[in-house]
Amino acid sequence: MAAFILRRLGALGVILFGSSFILYNLAAISADPLEELRLSLDPSRDAQITALTRELQLDVPPPLRYFLWLRGVFGIFVGQPNFGTGRDGAAVIESLSIAIPVTLRLVLAATILAAILGIMIGIVTALRQYSRFDYSMTFVAFLLFSLPIFWVAVLLKEYLAISFNNFLRDPIIPITWIIGIGLVSGLFWASIIGRNRKLFWTTYAVAFILSSGLVTFFGVTGWLLNPSLGPIVILGLSIGLAFGVTQLSVGLINKAALRASLTMAGLSIVAFYPANWVFDNYPGPLGIFLMICGLITTAVFVGLAFSKIDRVPIVRTSIITAVLSGGLVLVDKFMQTWKPYMETEAINRRPVPTVGERNDLLNSTDFWISSLDIVTHLFLPTLALTLIGFAGYIRFARGTLLEVLNQDYIRTARAKGLTERTVIMRHAFRNTMIPMTTILVADFAGVVGGAFITETVFAWSGMGTLALQGIRSQDLNLLMGVFFVTATMAVLANFVADLLYSVLDPRIRAGSGE
Amino acid sequence: MARKSKADVESTEVLSGENAIQNKEIEGLSQGQIVRKRFFRHRAAVISLGTLTSIVILAFTALDWKLFGAIRVPGWWRWTHEELLELRYGDCPGGTVGCPTISLLPKFLGGAGIGLGTHPFGQDDIGRDYFALVMKGTQRSLSVMVIIGSVAATLGVVIGSIAGFYRGRIDAILMRFVDFMITIPVIIIGSVVGYRYGNLGAAFLALLLGLFAWTGLSRLVRAEFLTLREREFVDAARVAGATNRRIIFKHILPNAIGVIIVSVTLLLSGAILLETALSFIGFGVVPPDVSLGLLISQYQDSFTTRPWLFWYPGLFIISIALSVNFIGDGLRDAFDPRQRRRISKKERQDSATARKLAQAND
Repeated sequence: MAAFILRRLGALGVILFGSSFILYNLAAISADPLEELRLSLDPSRDAQITALTRELQLDVPPPLRYFLWLRGVFGIFVGQPNFGTGRDGAAVIESLSIAIPVTLRLVLAATILAAILGIMIGIVTALRQYSRFDYSMTFVAFLLFSLPIFWVAVLLKEYLAISFNNFLRDPIIPITWIIGIGLVSGLFWASIIGRNRKLFWTTYAVAFILSSGLVTFFGVTGWLLNPSLGPIVILGLSIGLAFGVTQLSVGLINKAALRASLTMAGLSIVAFYPANWVFDNYPGPLGIFLMICGLITTAVFVGLAFSKIDRVPIVRTSIITAVLSGGLVLVDKFMQTWKPYMETEAINRRPVPTVGERNDLLNSTDFWISSLDIVTHLFLPTLALTLIGFAGYIRFARGTLLEVLNQDYIRTARAKGLTERTVIMRHAFRNTMIPMTTILVADFAGVVGGAFITETVFAWSGMGTLALQGIRSQDLNLLMGVFFVTATMAVLANFVADLLYSVLDPRIRAGSGE
Repeated sequence: MARKSKADVESTEVLSGENAIQNKEIEGLSQGQIVRKRFFRHRAAVISLGTLTSIVILAFTALDWKLFGAIRVPGWWRWTHEELLELRYGDCPGGTVGCPTISLLPKFLGGAGIGLGTHPFGQDDIGRDYFALVMKGTQRSLSVMVIIGSVAATLGVVIGSIAGFYRGRIDAILMRFVDFMITIPVIIIGSVVGYRYGNLGAAFLALLLGLFAWTGLSRLVRAEFLTLREREFVDAARVAGATNRRIIFKHILPNAIGVIIVSVTLLLSGAILLETALSFIGFGVVPPDVSLGLLISQYQDSFTTRPWLFWYPGLFIISIALSVNFIGDGLRDAFDPRQRRRISKKERQDSATARKLAQAND
């Protein structure tokens, strides 16, 4: 294994070397940093050209200059990487260290969301193969594949930011909207759940009434201006989550697991007021982190207390329920922050921003307000990237699950009388996740490249913006710095994906084949 | 052949109903006929093929053509994309100017009747006819797509087949090079190239982009060649004395054509999105030339006041990309030998009844 890892790492080094060499020369041929100066009429033009030539070592031909650049990069191994300086005089590594977290935040959120949504819908389409839902989701996936991201981004800006902000000035939801939302949501749920005609129309009616009722309630109470869940709703949702999680993970027949997760759901309401007290008095990531740790520990104990045999799945169920209902409490806190956030001067009741990664005018010292600011700025770009990205996951999850469902071990599992839930969740779903994991990791790196356009449209100062700036101002060091980071991430991600695959799938032995 | 066990025979009999339907359909048909038949059964793919063809015809016949700089072949549309016309005031909503005159709502439903009007897609801010501009942009984007596609397909197939067929050192060198190229995001290469050479014309830019877009295809072709060259029919051809050239062109390539066609289609839809994205960020087609991405980029700020400037080019990009994707899907279904058409319930019942009748007659 160690030999395999070392060999792979060596190969990664070679790939990074080769690709950066190609790009460096390509960019050096295409760019002419002196172009602007040559055209200038400044009397000190020649002196400036000489100075710039010396500074950027332009007298060295590009293939050799690459090695000068590489020498600086090799500083990584002694802790002093040197990516050179940009045209604006700032060290490239400084610009990178500001841009990397911005891009990562965007890409991480989008990838996770796209993966969760895509896998969920993909699995449902596979289980309902050739149904109307399957066909319409296939169409949606193809449509999303074909959408230019910049086009989607401009649309989102217009409809979800500008129009929505205008709407918030006077949030009265028109009756056509209420009916429309009810119809769409009814169709959605009915086509997933409705196996026969009766079930279809029952689901349709229930979903229609529930969602249009909910929308009416939002409109009437001005919930959009001052949203909150409140302890009662949190309790209700947590109990629903407890049933759902138990059903999916071990089945409702397992009474111990159901009791454990119901207890955790109940505890979330007990913890509601203390949690809010901590949120108000000790705001910050540390408090949240400690509370999550406490939550998980409690969940472990509750799970252990309720179970006698087969403890691991029960503890797992109770942990998942606990984290999800704890998440509800956190979401509620953010919702409570919504109103004060809207009323700050910098926001001025227009909470959905169209540009930037944070509002610089908002000099609030309140942790929650500035966190919410980051969340609202993440909203549109993440949505755009998620929309484009999750089509791939739908198709992939569907294909993989269908393949797995055709395997002999699934037939065996059904033949020995396991419930459909166990067959799907334990035998099929887990085997679907093996290729999914590896795709997910590899995709994460791909999205970094894809975020370029998104960053441009939403004016985020991330790596994409840096790279484009590097190309526009013919700044080789800047461009190569960005490329080096993204490429390293990409090849490392592929490496991790390979390793994960060999760990998750015992049939594949590391180091075999090649 | 080994003797079949009883269980085997039984299971074949159960399946034979479906197989019989499948096999009967393809009896006596050539490979090409089977593929065509399967493709035309994919409804979405056929509709997409129709859509794409009409877009191509629409875009390339609407405007005037200049052949060799002198001969002018007139198009059927009354304006060109360069004419500066008077901005149409009047019945536009919200006091804007140059709004679209196209109307799809018949008179008896309260609309203005079905008709194009003088400027179906409206006019841009300096009075140019937007329909003509969008048609010009569609021409440009389509031709860029085709150039990128053909350059990348040629390179990908040639390099992939050489690597897969000859293996050994050539394969190692070529595939390392592919590894290098694949690590660089296409959008970065595209921007670097586009920034410098975008002003040399769309065709040249497309040619350059095609030089960097072949890598994925070459990997697929290589993998296909690696498996095909071990097959018996290749051995047979070699024993019969066929040259490498003959084996590649007559034996392996026809068998790999399915994979190639499908991935080239997907490459095409990627190409049009790449071109529009590059033009959008200003590294692709540059003014005064027109492309769909460029149009969107130029008018994205006027979305609030004059949204048609934004909608029409976008709709054309999506229609093209969507059609190409669906055609690719149809081709994949058509070429995949494992692909079984879903037998409808009625057909299955029919065949079951037929079988029962046959058994009863025995």
